Amino acid sequence: MSQAAEGEIVHFDNVGLRYGTDREVLSDLSFTLYPGSFYFLTGASGAGKTSLLKLLYLALRPSRGMVRMFGADAITLPREQMPALRRRIGVVFQDFRLVQHLSAFDNVALPLRVAGVPERDIEKPVADMLEWVGLTDRIAARPATLSGGEQQRVAIARAVIGRPEILVADEPTGNVDPDMAIKLLRLFEALNRLGTTVVVATHDVHLLKKVPESLIMRLDKGRLSDPTGALRYPPRRSAVPAGDRP
Amino acid sequence: MKSYPAFARGPVHAWRRFFGIGETELVPQARLSGPMPWVIAIMVALTVIASAAGLALRNTAQAAAAELEGGITVQIVEAAPEARKAQAQASVKRLQETRSVVSVRLVPEQEVNSLIEPWLGSGTDSTPDAEIPVPALIDVRIDREVTPARLAEIQDALGKVAPSARIDAQSTWLEPVFDAIESLQWLAIALIVLLTIALGAAVLLAARTALGTNRDTIEIVHLLGGTDRQIARVFQRSIGVDAAGGGAVGLVLAIVVIMFLGRRFASLGAGMVDQGALGWFDWLLLALVPVAAVVLAMVTARITVMHTLRKML
Repeated sequence: MSQAAEGEIVHFDNVGLRYGTDREVLSDLSFTLYPGSFYFLTGASGAGKTSLLKLLYLALRPSRGMVRMFGADAITLPREQMPALRRRIGVVFQDFRLVQHLSAFDNVALPLRVAGVPERDIEKPVADMLEWVGLTDRIAARPATLSGGEQQRVAIARAVIGRPEILVADEPTGNVDPDMAIKLLRLFEALNRLGTTVVVATHDVHLLKKVPESLIMRLDKGRLSDPTGALRYPPRRSAVPAGDRP
Repeated sequence: MKSYPAFARGPVHAWRRFFGIGETELVPQARLSGPMPWVIAIMVALTVIASAAGLALRNTAQAAAAELEGGITVQIVEAAPEARKAQAQASVKRLQETRSVVSVRLVPEQEVNSLIEPWLGSGTDSTPDAEIPVPALIDVRIDREVTPARLAEIQDALGKVAPSARIDAQSTWLEPVFDAIESLQWLAIALIVLLTIALGAAVLLAARTALGTNRDTIEIVHLLGGTDRQIARVFQRSIGVDAAGGGAVGLVLAIVVIMFLGRRFASLGAGMVDQGALGWFDWLLLALVPVAAVVLAMVTARITVMHTLRKML
């Protein structure tokens, strides 16, 4: 594993992505994400936001270019080393992708169980996390019996339970009312303050104003623009000191 | 989420892990409600019955071979009753003097008559007035395997005192029976092999179907950092539980059938059939069939799942 460039958590260099033999849905993406930063990924429907997020949470490999995650070359990384990398990434899927036959508790506990955390060390953190997202009374409910907003919160709780170094959220407020959208955004901010890099894909321009310190990545027809210049010239932010991390 | 007393947590967690509850319940567990356990039950039942048949045939063949080994039948084929009787007695005396002979028995006339009664009817005897002369029979046992050379030696020894003597190794009479038994044993083995292949194929299909049905869950677990081995373990445990349940049902079913058939054959009262009874080691082997089925099912499931998962990123 190569040494990460100082302070970077993700680095894309001239990345392109195509599905099959179609034209590229993402072209010439070059950017770096830094620890403790909050990014909004915006763009019209079909601009390639979800495809870029899939590259970020290692669901896809690019067709060309270089992707470095946590200092490792994600393209040449042996397959058996991918799970360890994925465990450092939290994902909120656009369609939640909760496991339908598991309860809210078991869905949230899934990343910990996958990581091999002993059962005795799972119960309390998961209960606390569900309390944090206001679902204590729905702990045993299965996804089919939860409302859209509740499923969204379970998905978020599942994404953050493992204290990921980077949180990737695809339209996390797309299915909830404005009040819940603000509440969820506050959750992401709280996590960001604890040191997690947050990338939120959204087409809701009003949401961008709610997090003043956020950096904006804009996709247009598969190409990245940098309206604030923050990707090319990132502000000097100090990552949260290790001692303050939970 | 239930909370357990501290002393019970270890065993409860071990129990939950083994049966795929909690952390390993990544895919819905049908547990005897799907077709898989019943397919395995049928396969195991047929395999156990085929194995029992093979073992019983082996026992029959071994017992018969052991009984006939060293057995020789001397027939005095002489039409004149007096000469037949004289030659028979001389043969007995001569055989008793032979070193390798362990026992000699002149089969009584009544016994010979009862042996041929099913074919010739009653009233046949070897008395001077009888219409059909019946050979005198001498049952001889030597202390070693009967070979053509040994038969020739005895033939030479008897030739001087009983020119009408005909000598046969008892095992040669049953050679066609042994051949038939051997064929049936091969048939049983072939059946077991075919059933094993069929079981493997059934598990392979079940694992692929389960993978397809749970593809979304598997993708999620993959993206959460789950390894191929973790996912394969879930499937192999799930199919292992199904196979264990199905195997137990199949074994019970097969035992019932074997006991039933055993009683029916025992009531025939035929000596050779009685000798095919299963011993405790045979039952132990039969009890291992469902265990082997579980192992086969789990290994097949693991290989199938790992192979399929390798195609994912």
